[in-house]
Amino acid sequence: MTREASADDLLRVEGLTLAFGPKLVQQGLSFSIRRGSIFAVMGPSGCGKSTVLKAMIGLLRPAAGAVFVDNEDYWAASEARRIEMGRRFGIVFQNGALWSSMTVAENVALPLQMFATLDPDAITALVRLKLALVGLAHAADVMPSELSGGMRKRAGLARALALDPDVLFLDEPSAGLDPIASKRLDDLILELRDGLGASIVMVSHELPSLLDICDDGLFLDTDTKTAIAHGAPRDLQAGCDHPTVRAFMQRERADPADTEPAHGKG
Amino acid sequence: MTTSRTAPAWRLARTEERSALLILEGDWLARETGVRDQATVERILDEAGDAERLSFDTGGLGAWDSALVVFAKMLRDAATRLEVDAAGLPQAASRLLALATEVPEEFPARPATRETLLARVGHRTRARWRDAVAVAALVGETVQRGLVALTGRARMRAVDVLLLMREAGAGALGIVAIVNGLVGGILGFVGAVQLRRFGAEIFVADLVGIAMVREMAAVMTAVVMAGRTGGAYAAQLATMQGNEEIDALKALGIPVYDYLVLPRVVALVAMMPLLYIYACAFGLMGGLVVGVATLDLSATAYLVETRGALNSTQFVFGLVKVLAFGALVALAGCHIGLSAGRSAADVGRAATSAVVAGIVGVIALDGIFAVCADALGI
Repeated sequence: MTREASADDLLRVEGLTLAFGPKLVQQGLSFSIRRGSIFAVMGPSGCGKSTVLKAMIGLLRPAAGAVFVDNEDYWAASEARRIEMGRRFGIVFQNGALWSSMTVAENVALPLQMFATLDPDAITALVRLKLALVGLAHAADVMPSELSGGMRKRAGLARALALDPDVLFLDEPSAGLDPIASKRLDDLILELRDGLGASIVMVSHELPSLLDICDDGLFLDTDTKTAIAHGAPRDLQAGCDHPTVRAFMQRERADPADTEPAHGKG
Repeated sequence: MTTSRTAPAWRLARTEERSALLILEGDWLARETGVRDQATVERILDEAGDAERLSFDTGGLGAWDSALVVFAKMLRDAATRLEVDAAGLPQAASRLLALATEVPEEFPARPATRETLLARVGHRTRARWRDAVAVAALVGETVQRGLVALTGRARMRAVDVLLLMREAGAGALGIVAIVNGLVGGILGFVGAVQLRRFGAEIFVADLVGIAMVREMAAVMTAVVMAGRTGGAYAAQLATMQGNEEIDALKALGIPVYDYLVLPRVVALVAMMPLLYIYACAFGLMGGLVVGVATLDLSATAYLVETRGALNSTQFVFGLVKVLAFGALVALAGCHIGLSAGRSAADVGRAATSAVVAGIVGVIALDGIFAVCADALGI
């Protein structure tokens, strides 16, 4: 099931160990993300999925191990270089994390204003395109507080797309959305992947979307604090021997020692 | 990533009678080679003239990103007479273009809101009136619930009140001491310069004593608390509003007033008299230090003079004022916090207006007290 890492993977993680002070979160994680794939970081609530994501996007320095972006060690680089590498990432936070004092269009425009030398008309045109891509062209001049949860998430997606990222990170994209909105978001993610050719890394424990769109992944365990399975969610569902993974994928209760099934934030 | 990029280029070719072909070359990368503007798009459409169909040839196209999709979308949006056929674009680009043109209209375009001057004035006035009513209701509720609380039946948690008291009382000791000590010292200086001319140096003690106890200790302490505690109350409650914490309280049936407002008002009102006495002590001490250091007065003479100048009426007057100031600052902070919007910017605005309302309110109230005291001959 495990695929050999190859040098041309866009993102490669080796021996990653994460901890908050003395509290170990995850250890010894090694995986790589192919160009154009949709990679899932799965696992029960509280296993540290979001923490793994934080280490990949530069918000949390790992206790050990390395993250390679195009074969360049991300955490070994200088801060200026890290910011430069980070511009290839687009990040969609769980609740959109839109800046509340700006309109939706200004939210999308800010990365372009900060990191690209474009005239205002060009920025307006790009912002309009990104908002149209996520179906929010009409909400450009609206304040984030007026948007619904799903729209906020899509506005966050438009902002993440502002700089044409090579990798798109999504933290719980379908959390808090109804099944239809969640499906639409999944379709949108697929469309965008095909259109942009970006790789997508998503943290999720929503089975339907995991099975639907992800073609690679990693399953984190709370007890052993490491990855216990690698592979596409579909394959893991079809046949994985590990009881925890099987329980998660089949939505059944494993042995009593197992934690409750996924709910809330991971 | 290669570094050498060729500039994007385009030229128009006529294929058949009524169709044009736009040949795209070079690298179309927004951050490196820019985005084409509306004028370029118009020019291309003009050049296409009476063609009914515009298709693309991207055989010589290099790297591309949103810049290409934006260009195609602008062409499509601006084209009135002809049809833009995206089939010639790279497949991924035409998919993105299709996605961007789908436009599921979910958000109703808001009607342009341009109000007349009269309407604006009317809305503002009504908003102010509603505000005034809300404040009056809050004051009324405070009196009502405060009386209930006195009988021990309000749903207020003692631990909350104690924590808030520590925050508003002990936490403010340092800044109250510094501010009032300095004000006392400054009054001492001002008095010394003037009174020395009449050989009435000893009356500096009277001046500092009466000014501090009647006015300055109360006003300065209230101003400090407006900045420190009133602003904090507003920011805290506004943040709770934004996190739906207040909705959660309401949904559970916990009276927001008893749980959030009353403890704050009680804590601040209870702490204000203590802070006032403490502030008086530091103010008098500031005056004493200046008097002894600059005027050749003995400390004993200064203290005896101060004692002669002050009587209990002055202190009672100061205490009454400070209680009113405390209630005003706490109520303003809570009211503004509870009526704030839900965004981060709203929290900032709430804190600002709570501080401004607190300071202005304290000084205005002090003016009213001064007029009343004059009328009553206190």
